[in-house]
Amino acid sequence: MAKSNWLGAIRLGLIGGVIAVLVALVGMVEVFGERDIVAGVISMGQTLLVLTVLLVGYITASRTAGSQRLVGVASGALAGLLTSAMLVVLLLIGKAVNLRPVLINASPVLYKILTFGQDTGTGVLILLALGLVIGVVAGIIHWLPPRVRGAVIAGLLLVGLIGLLQDLLRVTLAPFPEVSKAVAWMFGSKGQKGLSVAGAIVVFTVVAAVSYLWAAQGNNLQRRVRALPPSGQRAVRWGSLALAFAMLLVWPQVAGPYLSDVSNQVGLFILAGLGLNIVVGFAGLLDLGYVAFFAIGAYVMGVMTTTGGEIATNFQWTFWEALPVAVGASVLMGVILGIPVLKMRGDYLAIVTLGFGEIIRILAISDFLKPYEGGSLGIVLVGKPTLGSLVMETPQSLYYLIFAGCLLAVFISWRLRDSRVGRAWKAMREDEDVAQAMGMNLVTTKLLAFATGAAFSGLAGAIFAAKLSTVYPHSFTLLYSINVLSLIIVGGMGSLPGVFVGALVLVGLPELLREFSEYRLLMYGALLIVMMLTRPEGFWPEATHRREFHEEEAVVEPVPSSAPAP
Amino acid sequence: MRKHTFSLLGLMVMASLILTACGGAATTAPPPPPTEAPAATAAPAATAAPAATEAPAAFKCTDAIGCVDVAPGDPIHIAWIETVSGATAPLGTDNNRGVEIAIADKGGELLGHKIELTGEDSLCNAEGGQAAGTKISADPTVVAIVGTTCSSEARAAMPLISKAGMVMISPSNTNPDLTNPDHPDHWPGYLRTAHNDLFQGRVAAEFAYNKLGLKTAATIHDGSPYAKSLQQVFADVFKQLGGTITTQEAVNVGDTDMKPVLTKIATGKPQIIYFPIFEPEGDFIAAQKCEVSGLEKTVMMGADGLTIDTFPEAAGECANGMYLSGPFVAGKPYDDFVAKYKAAYGEAPVSGFHAHAYDATNIIFAAIEKVAVVDADGTVHIGRQALRDAMYATKGFEGLTGKLTCDKNGDCATGEALAIFQLTDAEIKDGKWPPNVFWKPGQP
Amino acid sequence: MLRRALERFNVSDLSLYVVGAPIIALIVVGSFATLRAGHYTTRQWFDFIIFGLAQGSIYALIALGYTLVYGILRMINFAHSEVFMSGAYAGFFVASALSRSKFLDSNPVVGLLVIFAVAILTSVGVAVLLERIAYRPLRRAPRLVPLITAIGASFFLQYTVRGLFGSQFKTYPTVAILGGTWTLGANFVIQRIQVLVIVAAALLMFGLYSFVQRTKTGKAMRAVSEDKDVAALMGIDVDAIIVRTFVLGAALAGAAGVLYSLMFRQAQFFMGFIPGIKAFTAAVLGGIGNVPGAMLGGVFLGLFESVGPTLFLDGLKVPAPYQLKDVIAFTMLVLVLVFRPTGILGERLARAKA
Repeated sequence: MAKSNWLGAIRLGLIGGVIAVLVALVGMVEVFGERDIVAGVISMGQTLLVLTVLLVGYITASRTAGSQRLVGVASGALAGLLTSAMLVVLLLIGKAVNLRPVLINASPVLYKILTFGQDTGTGVLILLALGLVIGVVAGIIHWLPPRVRGAVIAGLLLVGLIGLLQDLLRVTLAPFPEVSKAVAWMFGSKGQKGLSVAGAIVVFTVVAAVSYLWAAQGNNLQRRVRALPPSGQRAVRWGSLALAFAMLLVWPQVAGPYLSDVSNQVGLFILAGLGLNIVVGFAGLLDLGYVAFFAIGAYVMGVMTTTGGEIATNFQWTFWEALPVAVGASVLMGVILGIPVLKMRGDYLAIVTLGFGEIIRILAISDFLKPYEGGSLGIVLVGKPTLGSLVMETPQSLYYLIFAGCLLAVFISWRLRDSRVGRAWKAMREDEDVAQAMGMNLVTTKLLAFATGAAFSGLAGAIFAAKLSTVYPHSFTLLYSINVLSLIIVGGMGSLPGVFVGALVLVGLPELLREFSEYRLLMYGALLIVMMLTRPEGFWPEATHRREFHEEEAVVEPVPSSAPAP
Repeated sequence: MRKHTFSLLGLMVMASLILTACGGAATTAPPPPPTEAPAATAAPAATAAPAATEAPAAFKCTDAIGCVDVAPGDPIHIAWIETVSGATAPLGTDNNRGVEIAIADKGGELLGHKIELTGEDSLCNAEGGQAAGTKISADPTVVAIVGTTCSSEARAAMPLISKAGMVMISPSNTNPDLTNPDHPDHWPGYLRTAHNDLFQGRVAAEFAYNKLGLKTAATIHDGSPYAKSLQQVFADVFKQLGGTITTQEAVNVGDTDMKPVLTKIATGKPQIIYFPIFEPEGDFIAAQKCEVSGLEKTVMMGADGLTIDTFPEAAGECANGMYLSGPFVAGKPYDDFVAKYKAAYGEAPVSGFHAHAYDATNIIFAAIEKVAVVDADGTVHIGRQALRDAMYATKGFEGLTGKLTCDKNGDCATGEALAIFQLTDAEIKDGKWPPNVFWKPGQP
Repeated sequence: MLRRALERFNVSDLSLYVVGAPIIALIVVGSFATLRAGHYTTRQWFDFIIFGLAQGSIYALIALGYTLVYGILRMINFAHSEVFMSGAYAGFFVASALSRSKFLDSNPVVGLLVIFAVAILTSVGVAVLLERIAYRPLRRAPRLVPLITAIGASFFLQYTVRGLFGSQFKTYPTVAILGGTWTLGANFVIQRIQVLVIVAAALLMFGLYSFVQRTKTGKAMRAVSEDKDVAALMGIDVDAIIVRTFVLGAALAGAAGVLYSLMFRQAQFFMGFIPGIKAFTAAVLGGIGNVPGAMLGGVFLGLFESVGPTLFLDGLKVPAPYQLKDVIAFTMLVLVLVFRPTGILGERLARAKA
């Protein structure tokens, strides 16, 4: 038992070491080396390494501790030491051989960061000692009672997050000079990036305290709500919904243009996600070419309203006149695509829809259709939506348009889900043959799913064109379809709140973390893998799906997990 | 436990956002829209004069669209909007490195202030340009922007940057519309060091028709706005001169097998194929031309997207004798630049516009140095309109891409800097770069 | 009304008339017009076919990896294109080292074999890790979940390779014996490298087919693809068989990576993306899960892309037809699936399942 513990710690330590070396060699440590999280203390590049060691130490401790906590701390320390030892190996090899002709980021700057500017011998010792210490810290964090542990983790995470987003905070607070002055001490002094030491300590303390108290009082509060009579519970639910609604309405006014624009992007993805959720989540039809309808909505809006005059037609309609046409065209294309794929199943459907998306994109870019829709030079001066005399062109005003679109889509999805059609979709998702045998008309059911999904996506596309006021074919790539699919699955397939959570995590977060620039897609990929491995049913699964998962888990692992259901 | 950690994380993201929001709400002052932000710092011109007599030391901003004030110890903030992920990533990464080297050459300082460089990935599409433009235009400390990579990004970012009173200079947008003052979507505050397609396309056509004496041509583009409009200008001018365009073909980004499309071109028997596209598609065309029957005597020509030192090796023996139009990068300064590039990034320049980016950044620095008012305590004031004017007025600027003079529409590469190169064995086999200049506009 | 009308139609009739008929009409009219115009010589048609065969052979090799994994796990291994890419990268480093030391010139055959071996080993390593980390823990999850991890893994691998080795295109060294041409008969000329690609692909595919049909492991693979649980009851180590499937697919992808790079002389982090999608299309075209189907699908797809634009569109005076070659490829896919919903050869490795 004990021996396997040590072996486990060694294994995890080596895995951590590989990750740390990889993080260093892809260039993240160097690129983020000048970007401080806590000014003058720790840079973002170093944070990535520290985080790796912390995680490895923590996981090792949680795997091996069992009843003996000291064993946990010791194995955490071992894993931490091994992780930094791998970095030492990289350092020593790198000092002896020039790795740069092959590994372009094995640069002198990287070695300097790894040795903390000291000579190699001293640097190696510091590195090893730090690995050991951080491993011990991770072990101790695991040792703490759950509530304290939660508070410490929350504090650390938020310090990192604020350090990361401080540029954004600065810009958001800029219109409120009093506030920015009041919190200036929290950030590094002039010319420095990141939190100040005092700021980091205060953020950590406050967040940890709040999180600790919440852990104590939150359950209490929930219990009290549950104890209320049904009418009271309903009142609480509606009350919180109304509160959330009100907050969403005020949001762009306090958030400023940039955060409103991010919200708008998230909103458009929510709109498209709700549509794909009907096709994939409700009806079980895997669609990888969902971008096609988005593109059609955008192009119809562009062609009908442009005043740029570089295409054959010259409609110059207003946004509101063109909107129904754009949505209608998307629906029509949904049906047209639906017809040839009626007989196809599963992955045949996936590849044909993928092909359909590509066909639309290539046609949009082609010289063949250029006279009618601008080809690769795009359409400019697309009409802006108006409301009376107000032209919606700031992100803040567009927010309300997108918000209204999302509300409409949520309402329709919610009503459809439990309707006759909704049940037919679910029946078809579970077993097509049985559904047909029960007398269901597969043709109309499938076509309805495609048409509804296409309508939402077309609406999103039309708003997208108006928001950008240009349409270029380069916006409509496979990546878009993949993003929308990922967000509904990460959120929880078939679940309406899941779409919101998925869009926030997969669109909002990467948008806020533009800091990572060229490493964004690398992080995105890692995030997708980690999220699916830790929570395959999604963040907010639909009730039936959750049940299925738990049934399966119960079959696979006869020993139920000890965590009580919330 | 696991679930708790996740909900906690989500909660905290929300909480932090709400916190910032509440912080804002507490003042009850609605944030001014972005267009007014610079105006807020600008004092009306009328009050400026009497104020100056009262306190001669204090700086009053009289600029029409506002000023940036950089207090002692604060950095001068330059931003970039480039495509650094996705298939077009090498282009934007290359531009950024040009910017970073320009800053390093300044010692990281301007007028005694550190130069701060931040940036946004814009993904080579309009929505990326808009998102990046929104974020940057919301930050009043930004003085100037180097960007964008792709013309479609510029289309969406330009109005935002322009309304915010900032100035943007692109190293690699070539679409003629962007600097066309008669275009309905034209905005002030936009310049570029890349060659306007109108100019480069004309030079290429004149070279082919007049200098080489070729009468039939075929073109290929790759669906990018750059290549599409460049080959169109070439074709139009070539026809005006009296030549014949046998066909205008297109390939897709990501295609590798160009032999079928070259076979189709061969049926028209053109004397020259003009393909102003990028790597790697350009490499494939140049390499595979020799594998197609009927094109043995056809001449090949590319543009500045292919005028980069990795191209000869990638295209191989078949590219011997091929012509390239591109910036006339003069000897030593450029060699020094490439040496710095390799030392800093461990690889040779990965695309064709790093020198343009280097020049764009230096044009910004020169203009800032020209218009900035420096107080006794080191505070720097930069008038936004003055900065724009100074950049538009750039004249005879000695850059890596030649002597640059910006016109009133924002085109800084107006032509003297363009040259036609011919690839020979020296470039293909021995890695010599840049190749010898074969012809320059104005020469016989 | 509409609903009534729709119900009267049989589904397959509907798709046949609405989609199949117009496409076929366009193809016939277009081909006829092109052939009557007579711009192209026989030699050029022959060239188109050879180009298509060579490109198609590479698609086919990659497609086999998709088909094998799909046949067994019912999962689209989106990251397979990165397995292909990593093979090409590994091959590049070996090839450039060998070329610098002049070994590739003195012993070209041994040199090529070494390049192939290293590329195949690398691809296999990546695929096995992928299976272990990203897919195995999710074997019981709904089938869309591993699809998402596969997409994630694909991004992760692409950008890791980019971070490690840079975004520059890596140029493969030229191998002297692969340059040049052979002349057949009258004046039909064929590139040596194309011959190598076509022959190597054919041999590899024949080898794989025999392996699946003849060997014990192949038999076990077929058993697992029929029914994992029953196969396990019969004493087959399902995990081991799945790993072997990944190994086989990856080995072919690694070989394809080198062949591809020898033909086009380049490697880059993004290079797997488009061939990957094409190869998956090819696998579906031939009947996914079916080994000969993947070969046939790959070759067909290569031919459509190379001959299609000229044959179908040139006569119709469509500008820049090669820009639309993917439109043709995907339209042909739809057309084939409208008539044969499980691909040209159908799903043979396993029976059709929803």
